[in-house]
Amino acid sequence: MNKIENNKAWFLVLPVFILVAFSAIIPLMTVVNYSVQDIFDPSTRYFVGTEWFVQVMHDAELQAALLRQFVFSLTILSIEIPLGIGVALLMPTKGKAASLGLILVAIPLLIPWNVVGTIWQIYGRADIGLFGAALNAIGIEYNYASNPTHAWLTVVLMDVWHWTPLVALLCYSGLRAIPEMYYQAARIDKASRWAVFRYIQLPKLTNVLIIGVLLRFMDSFMIYTEPFVLTGGGPGNTTTFLSQSLVKQAIGQFDLGPAAAFSLVYFLIILLVCWLFYTIIMNMQNDKRG
Amino acid sequence: MAQITLKALAHTYSANPVQGSDYAIREMNHVWEQGGAYALLGPSGCGKSTMLNIISGLLNPSNGEILFDNKRVNELKPEERNIAQVFQFPVIYDTMTVYDNLAFPLRNIKVPEHKIRSKVNEVAEILELTDQLKKKAKGLSADEKQKVSMGRGLVRDDVSAILFDEPLTVIDPQLKWKLRRKLKQIHEQFNITMVYVTHDQLEASTFADKIAVMYDGQIVQFGTPRELFEEPAHTFVGYFIGSPGMNYMDARFSDGKLFFGEHELPVSASFLNQLTQADNGRLQVGIRPEFVQIWNKQQDGTIEVRVDYCEDLGTYKILTFTLAGQTMKARLSEDQKVPSDKAYVSFPKQWTKVYRDDFLVGDAQ
Repeated sequence: MNKIENNKAWFLVLPVFILVAFSAIIPLMTVVNYSVQDIFDPSTRYFVGTEWFVQVMHDAELQAALLRQFVFSLTILSIEIPLGIGVALLMPTKGKAASLGLILVAIPLLIPWNVVGTIWQIYGRADIGLFGAALNAIGIEYNYASNPTHAWLTVVLMDVWHWTPLVALLCYSGLRAIPEMYYQAARIDKASRWAVFRYIQLPKLTNVLIIGVLLRFMDSFMIYTEPFVLTGGGPGNTTTFLSQSLVKQAIGQFDLGPAAAFSLVYFLIILLVCWLFYTIIMNMQNDKRG
Repeated sequence: MAQITLKALAHTYSANPVQGSDYAIREMNHVWEQGGAYALLGPSGCGKSTMLNIISGLLNPSNGEILFDNKRVNELKPEERNIAQVFQFPVIYDTMTVYDNLAFPLRNIKVPEHKIRSKVNEVAEILELTDQLKKKAKGLSADEKQKVSMGRGLVRDDVSAILFDEPLTVIDPQLKWKLRRKLKQIHEQFNITMVYVTHDQLEASTFADKIAVMYDGQIVQFGTPRELFEEPAHTFVGYFIGSPGMNYMDARFSDGKLFFGEHELPVSASFLNQLTQADNGRLQVGIRPEFVQIWNKQQDGTIEVRVDYCEDLGTYKILTFTLAGQTMKARLSEDQKVPSDKAYVSFPKQWTKVYRDDFLVGDAQ
């Protein structure tokens, strides 16, 4: 083979390469750099290999936070995805009602995250909060500040309230994109409402659902602000999620080595799970049989 | 199996229609007989699809009745009317196999699985889909998908009619004729009423026994392809059917004769008898390019015209000429000599038609 060696065209790729290097690779490499060294000050540093990784993987507190994180993400996914599809199916499609519906559904998405935390912090309070006080008034004992179950419920409820609208809006747009002909054909084929959902709407929603599941998984797996404002991770450590542990380690205790190692593990977990979700959904789409 | 009757049917999309043009379908009476293969031919926006959707029940007409075998079905929903409809773009259920797609309408009405199997296999056989049954419908080509949509109409025994809404639009030209032939074959085999909407005259005349030409919300003629060609009942039919369309000349009636400019036009007596001096409206005389006779020399009863140009289309030629300021066309056979500059034309009486306000004189309208 006589390949032309004078590939000057590669220089054209250089700007992109530099851009990506500065925006992603170099910052990530900084973290890698920290994760394999023990640094006392810029002139005193020791290469420690995988020691930090071993340490964080064996840290019981982090393991507990990781488990909590998974439980949390799976819980909110299993609520928000079906609920979002349901809301999208019920949203009005024509006229003024459609615009009004869209605005109402979109409102939670427009609120800054720590405001959401504050809203629920006050809303859920057992003494003065509308929600908390009302529950107590009708005889249901509720106090998210002292009861771990209640704290969990409140955090999940808050996330569902905050983010179901995103799933609903994605699905709404997906539903609008289905040509009227499909519904007409289904009527002529005497399809039931369920069959229309199962064989027309759901398959056509697959693409937006992939986006919905991935976005909601990533965001919920990285959740920080809202639970931090709402419960501060408590009571005890019961609502302390991974980001919070990481911040505590990196900024609170200034353990940069373990924090960097932990960050990398965190990043890899998100990447891995997203890949898994994506593969599973794509396979479901391809292998599904009527 | 059913005869479909449209009684005083009209439809408008506007809330308070005032005039005729507010109607997508103007009041009409029409009968599609049981077992016929019909085409509904017309330009885009003439109300063809509206009419189809009214028959299938996807649309409720603003006026009039639809009868299936003399029973009123206005109030029945599409799923209760037992109609199959094939749309312009193939509608298939993506996640299902071809088999499941074909079985879908039967499963919806809870037919036992062994009956489904024999019926689906039978229909797949006819549509030449047997090899594809286990495949995902999603991966099929456009024409195969369209066959699957058609098949869903054929599996049901209770279907009274199949409606086609320009079903071959997305099909490759070389496959079109094949599918069309398949349709014809199915029609013969199932003895089922078929209404085929199209704007393609070739498609209409190869598929249908009778063609309804629709124009501006009404059926202006309903007849065999030959009738549409030889006796267009409306100027639109003359213009729309045939290639090129019919020649029309604005005519003047005086002293019991028809004139175009200063030329007298030869018209059969039966037409002339029906024209009255007083209120004739707009009169036009039409003749098909195929029937215009071209001569090189002056003959008895010929008119001298200016030759503009001649297109050679391989098996025939189209001659364009000007008569009294009006451009007209004539179709010549391949070996006929083309006069240059000047030619003499004559219009055979039997093929010269007279139209009053666009409708053929002597017709019911």
